Amino acid sequence: MDGRRTSHWWTFWGVLILAWAAFPLLWMVSLAFKSPATFRSSSGFWPKEWTWENFQTVFRDELFTSALRNSFGISIIATLLSVIIAMFAAYAIARLDFRGKKLLLSMALAIAMFPQAALVGPLFNMWRGLGIYDTWIGLIIPYLTFALPLSIWTMSAFFRQIPWEMEQAAQVDGATAWQAFRKVIVPLAAPGVFTTAILTFFFCWNEFLLAASLTSTNRARTVPAALSFFTGASQFESPVTAVMAASVVVTIPVVVLVLLFQRRIVAGLTSGAVKG
Amino acid sequence: MTVIETPAAAQVAKEATGGAGEPPVSDRLRHERRLGWRLSAPAFVVMILVTAYPLGYALVLSLFKYRLTDPGARKFVGLQNYLTVLTDPIWWSSFVTTAVITLASVAVELVLGFGFAWVMFRILRGRSLVRTAILVPYGIITVVSAFIWRYAFQLDSGFVNQWFGLGDMNWFGDRWSSLFVITLSEIWKTTPFISLLLLAGLVQVPEELLEAARVDGATAWQRLWKVVLPNMKAAIMVAVLFRTLDAWRIFDNPFIMTAGANDTETLSILAYRQNVTLVNLGAGSSVSVLLFLTVVLIAFVFIKGFKTDLSQVRGDR
Repeated sequence: MDGRRTSHWWTFWGVLILAWAAFPLLWMVSLAFKSPATFRSSSGFWPKEWTWENFQTVFRDELFTSALRNSFGISIIATLLSVIIAMFAAYAIARLDFRGKKLLLSMALAIAMFPQAALVGPLFNMWRGLGIYDTWIGLIIPYLTFALPLSIWTMSAFFRQIPWEMEQAAQVDGATAWQAFRKVIVPLAAPGVFTTAILTFFFCWNEFLLAASLTSTNRARTVPAALSFFTGASQFESPVTAVMAASVVVTIPVVVLVLLFQRRIVAGLTSGAVKG
Repeated sequence: MTVIETPAAAQVAKEATGGAGEPPVSDRLRHERRLGWRLSAPAFVVMILVTAYPLGYALVLSLFKYRLTDPGARKFVGLQNYLTVLTDPIWWSSFVTTAVITLASVAVELVLGFGFAWVMFRILRGRSLVRTAILVPYGIITVVSAFIWRYAFQLDSGFVNQWFGLGDMNWFGDRWSSLFVITLSEIWKTTPFISLLLLAGLVQVPEELLEAARVDGATAWQRLWKVVLPNMKAAIMVAVLFRTLDAWRIFDNPFIMTAGANDTETLSILAYRQNVTLVNLGAGSSVSVLLFLTVVLIAFVFIKGFKTDLSQVRGDR
């Protein structure tokens, strides 16, 4: 057995996976830096000359800048609310004994499997009746619903691992209930809450179907929906390079979060689904 | 196990030994139950409000002939809409398209994802680098990934035809080549998720078992099929169920690539088009209800038919 040679092989396969993940991203960056006038003729992989023109185009476009604002606003608000609501539920699941526990978990599972496309018709109609069609709140409400299962699972999986008896131990040692909670439980629970927030944010940042169905103008249209309706700087210019420039911009937050919190995201993704 | 994990459990045990029949509910337990309900009530309300009610509403609407452009002509037609949809070739074309994408992408992802998981499991140098890289496709916006792949294959902007010497081949001019690109993009985007779930299952395969099989002279192939896979069956089933349902609801990718042209419309796009674009809420709602039923059927087949153990997912042990 040549352990060293097999180890080289694994590294080789690892490099292949890296290439597999990075290749489409390189293509996105390359296209974003091609000139909108000549990207067709230079149909090689890399641009013949690099230009910032596309980035200027998208940042001058109200459609994109307002979409960016809407996406950040809606995703952050929905994430915060979802994490708070899920925190209570996850605490109840992890710590308390009550009959609704099974029901809550089964319902979360059912909602995670629910086909959102089945709801766009009724929601479209109801939201227009309620006057929240094409508003932030009109997207935040369904995002909450569909983000909650993920938030509840991830957080209750984390909360289960917390040694809650340390709280009592601290109180025995003379800490007040509030001190025990703040000094002992909060630091233990924070990583789980934080990881859940990242995953929930990814979900909201990514969502397209509801955004495309429940918005119609710059008022609430998020980035994925705006991108799909983007037609370019003028109707005579192909939107290809500008769409890619916008894509580069909205991919940056994802890459930054992944680079900073890789370990946590992996733990969060797998904790809910397969328990060790 | 922790000592004071759930005070209520100890309480129940104590009471259960006390007398026959219903154990008396102590104040403490009652308080705990009430607190549990109160803490989870907001989650219950938000989840039901946006799913159960609209679904019921869709059920009602699906029994009417109702177009938003002509609300005056609203009229009760019973199951007529369902009959119309189910006898329409468009429904069945969407059904086949969705099934093809689902089967192809889940099958490829399962094999590829297992390969990735295995590499991440065995690799010594750069493990966290590989994991980080794999998370980028997972985190990236699906619409963005769809555009990236579309532009790679598109005639004017793409490099694929040039690289492979395909000349003027129009990938999006034909049903099956369009479905190929859609599936490819779907595979790129979602294999990371399945591979991380499989990795979590893989690390639970007892190393001693593998070692014992090796000592007994089992080949690598035998070890894979006789030891590794049976021991991670639960993880595989959960990953496949989740990915199958995910792929069955596919919307973003085909919407960006073809918007349903050349018979590449999926069931979700059909529901979207009927309800939102055509505001044909009667027939559209019956499509919605049918889509919902197909999802229920798939979940049922997995859970009852394949005995997929979801207790791990749900978290109740």
